[in-house]
Amino acid sequence: MNVSAASLGLLSCSTCSLVSRAPAADGAFCSRCGSALHSRKPGSIGRTWAFLIAAMALYVPANTLPIMATSSLFGSSDDTIMSGVVFLWQDGSWYLALIVFVASILVPLAKIIGLAVLLLSVQLGWRSHQTERARLYRLVESIGRWSMLDIFVVALLVTVVQLTALASVRAGPAALAFGAVVVLTMCAAMSFDPRLLWDPVKEPREQPATA
Amino acid sequence: MNRAELLACPECDLLQSDSAVPRPRKALCARCGAVLYQRHDQGLERTLALTAGALALFAIANAFPILSLELQGERTDATLAGAVSALWSQNMQLVAALVLFTAIVMPLAELAALAWLLIPLRFGQRAPHFGAVFQLLQFAQRWGMVEVFVLGSLVSFAKLGHLANVEAGIALWSFAGLMLVMAAIEANFDPRELWEKVTA
Repeated sequence: MNVSAASLGLLSCSTCSLVSRAPAADGAFCSRCGSALHSRKPGSIGRTWAFLIAAMALYVPANTLPIMATSSLFGSSDDTIMSGVVFLWQDGSWYLALIVFVASILVPLAKIIGLAVLLLSVQLGWRSHQTERARLYRLVESIGRWSMLDIFVVALLVTVVQLTALASVRAGPAALAFGAVVVLTMCAAMSFDPRLLWDPVKEPREQPATA
Repeated sequence: MNRAELLACPECDLLQSDSAVPRPRKALCARCGAVLYQRHDQGLERTLALTAGALALFAIANAFPILSLELQGERTDATLAGAVSALWSQNMQLVAALVLFTAIVMPLAELAALAWLLIPLRFGQRAPHFGAVFQLLQFAQRWGMVEVFVLGSLVSFAKLGHLANVEAGIALWSFAGLMLVMAAIEANFDPRELWEKVTA
């Protein structure tokens, strides 16, 4: 017994993590919590690619269309995500510029590239750098939510400024595209099954380590 | 060590044996380093107490304004629900729904699911629809984004500070508190302990 659960004909429930004998056919349920049992997430590679390609396509309008339109007595301006960052930078708020740049531009890009690398590594059957790729997966999964930042900022600015007589702020079409990128990349990360990274290797079984 | 139990790492599927009722500790997968479980003394009791606190903060956070802006004697308040309806009225229904979902519905679902599962357990009962509510909890933990919303509020606050007289509202502090309490819930709640107790 020094390998994965799957190689011994066992599987763990994705809901309550109870280890049980893998059923011969699909359509079995966990004896403890009643969830459907799968040794690996079904159709993981295909689903992840589908979400990822949709996210890539929407990443373009999300960054090129205006996310916010401001108009005041002094004129009006359309801001894309990047022009908003540049404005903050020039305004001297470099820390805000940095936060928005990381959350809105870097994080979605890192997620898309990271997931594509993980998918390709599984499809090409890589046998090395499992630990690093597992870390990459954890990173991709944990940073994804932070790209919602800009959506929340736009929502609050629109609300607080819309009723004043001097200026108005409207959400632009990029807000929709950007929101979709966040949701799609999160769905992609959730569809990916990290156990696929380890399936080509066999290693000794040990006791869990204490941190 | 008492009775042993098999664990399979959720991230690499490595089979490992562990005590069926582990001592308080954080256990990592021996191969990939994923957190297998995190056990505290009285973890479930603490989670329930924190959930009660979080529900109170959640109510305050949604009832009061997050930011107030004063321009030429005119004052506007932004509540979270107000932000959703402002986006809705600008023909951004999907974006409004996304904000509603991630900042209000999912955090509330997480807290409600925890209360649903833990209160009956306190009296030795298994809550109805236990498995389904637990799945809702897992889903809500992924999609609830209170901490991101708090950072978004702070960024908005700083952005507006350049233009006009802005004030942080009660809800901003409540949301910041909610963020910390929900992080404490995440740290104290061990799903494995929940399943242990409910099947015992």
